[in-house]
Amino acid sequence: MSILVSRDTRLLVQGMTGAEGTFHTEQMLAYGTRVVAGVSPGKGGQQHLGVPVFDTCSAAVRETGADTACVFVPPAGAADAIMEAADAGVSLVVAITEGIPVADTIRARAFLERRGVRLVGPNCPGLISPEGRAKVGIIPGHISQPGPVGIVSRSGTLTYEIMQALGRAGHGQSTACGIGGDPVPGLSFADVLTLFAADDATRLVVLAGEIGGSDEEHAAALIGRGYPKPVVAFISGRSAPAGKRMGHAGAIISGTTGTPQSKVAALNAAGAFVAETVEEIVAAVQERLPASAPAAGG
Amino acid sequence: MKLLEYQAKAELSRAGIPVPEGRLARTADEARQAAAHLGPVAVKAQVPIGGRGKAGGIRLASTPEEAEAAARAILAMEVRGFPVPAVWCEARLDIAGELYCGITVDRDRRGLAVMLSLAGGVEIEEVAARTPERIARLWPDPFAGPLPFEIRRLALDACREETVPAGLRPIQLAQRLVPLIQRLHAVATELDATLCEVNPLVVTADGTLVAGDAKLEVDPSAEFRHPELVQLVAADGTGSVGGEDPLEATARERGLTYVHLGGTIGVIGNGAGLVMNTLDVVKQHGGEPANFLDIGGGARAEVVTRALEMVALDPAVRGIFVNIFGGITRGDEVARGVIAARKAAGIRVPLVVRMTGTREAEGRALLEAAGIVPTETAAEAARTIVALAQGGAGGGG
Repeated sequence: MSILVSRDTRLLVQGMTGAEGTFHTEQMLAYGTRVVAGVSPGKGGQQHLGVPVFDTCSAAVRETGADTACVFVPPAGAADAIMEAADAGVSLVVAITEGIPVADTIRARAFLERRGVRLVGPNCPGLISPEGRAKVGIIPGHISQPGPVGIVSRSGTLTYEIMQALGRAGHGQSTACGIGGDPVPGLSFADVLTLFAADDATRLVVLAGEIGGSDEEHAAALIGRGYPKPVVAFISGRSAPAGKRMGHAGAIISGTTGTPQSKVAALNAAGAFVAETVEEIVAAVQERLPASAPAAGG
Repeated sequence: MKLLEYQAKAELSRAGIPVPEGRLARTADEARQAAAHLGPVAVKAQVPIGGRGKAGGIRLASTPEEAEAAARAILAMEVRGFPVPAVWCEARLDIAGELYCGITVDRDRRGLAVMLSLAGGVEIEEVAARTPERIARLWPDPFAGPLPFEIRRLALDACREETVPAGLRPIQLAQRLVPLIQRLHAVATELDATLCEVNPLVVTADGTLVAGDAKLEVDPSAEFRHPELVQLVAADGTGSVGGEDPLEATARERGLTYVHLGGTIGVIGNGAGLVMNTLDVVKQHGGEPANFLDIGGGARAEVVTRALEMVALDPAVRGIFVNIFGGITRGDEVARGVIAARKAAGIRVPLVVRMTGTREAEGRALLEAAGIVPTETAAEAARTIVALAQGGAGGGG
């Protein structure tokens, strides 16, 4: 079907009444996402975009049965918002907010882990599952189409690039998931690969990593232990100099860890195909999915 | 944001961690006065970079006159590319041994790591690379912080097969480290530090622990919580400023995420991953990127204008490649920005815009009306701009 979000997703949007929250809630609604509640402390009782607004997540969950939260709250209050949603009983929190202090993310992440709540992001574009018309976050709906490719990426705009290029070649997505560019993310590449492995609608996974950290290496280790589906990987930032923070706080090469060479080598050794360009990703997918119609039973 | 040694030591001292007595001197004369008060001193360059000692930025002085001479020499030098605005004159310690203690963000463990080694001092990086087993590690609970028993275990781990200085037994050292590491962790947490490091952590002849040096780096995303520190670092005119690439310094003042790379093709895009990939694509097509510039999500026309102006400041730039994939960013906003900026900044080098995403039709129409031809793919744009830049520069660059 898809991973993490589907047509059954009941979404609450935190920070929905703000400028970004409003724009993207409109986009999510237009795509077909079931946005059941907004949460903006102090604005409870209002309707915004035809959606009821609550002061607290617990009231929103109680009244609407929301099971997923999407966070547009500015950095200073974002970690609190993430933890509030988890405490209220949702099973997935998707944090779009960019620029959350890493110490806040560390605590929020630990808080969610203890409650068995999944976190995607922060500093991410969110998720989209085209078959179920479910979009949680900011991925442009018009570049999505249903299909058998699972996409997981650390970069938002690069995800769109890959979706569009694959879409033009006729390869749609089961789910595209941006895990975010921060040094401490919620779900990792390996976590999302594990979800894709168990998803019937996903026949192939595209993994778009970048320099910095060692999550790509950990994903390679998972693939090397025997992954049931083909993986096409891509590493951006090959021409980035060491020690520089390239916008993504996560994309810094320090010492010998996090270099593109180490990631490419690990993924190759694990049996993934590593593409050098977006065009090569498309060709590699083409080769592995000759007749890419929407997956059977998807 | 990096604090200078004396600023970091002030924070440690405030938290109850012993530091040597010291005074800041901005002139050789002030250094002489400091030494007259303190006795024999170490005169230390205040620059936001390690390896000062090896670069000649730390000198020992037994008399006020020697301190004056040392300060005069150090204040006139550049330490690994950084001018020296001040020296920290510090009372010398009776050193029995040097430990290393650092707290940093451990990406793999998704939390802070506390590291402790008995092999502290200038060779710690060597130790980390060659004999990592000599560095003991602890990953404290992010809510509870490091607990006393965890710190004792960390210390006993670090003491294994090592000689403990000042004749201390391992457990004695461990007990002395408990309050120190708890305080250091409190400083790191309180100040949103991504690095909080004491190297050397000096064990004096009488077995006391004293912070011989201190490094503090504050998470740039958390600067909004620490306006006083931002002010302190800015007021000193050093901090993260000294030794910075002048173009990068300008960009920072203008609030832009810019990295100078030294080639001839200016690169602007939205989203760090996309910009990094754009650099790769430019290289694949035979060009050398001049810079990385990420205008981020939700970028408005005015930000695009400032970005183009910024890239055009680099005299080496022979062509500019704007790569926008609109998700949160709208194509019409970008187009207006590009058009306005080309006018405002008087940009004469070739400009190629590759744009797609939300409201791309409107954006492209605006660009075409202004005489700028948008390309469909990044590869096509890269090919075009590399060719135009080579033509325009007469083969230079």
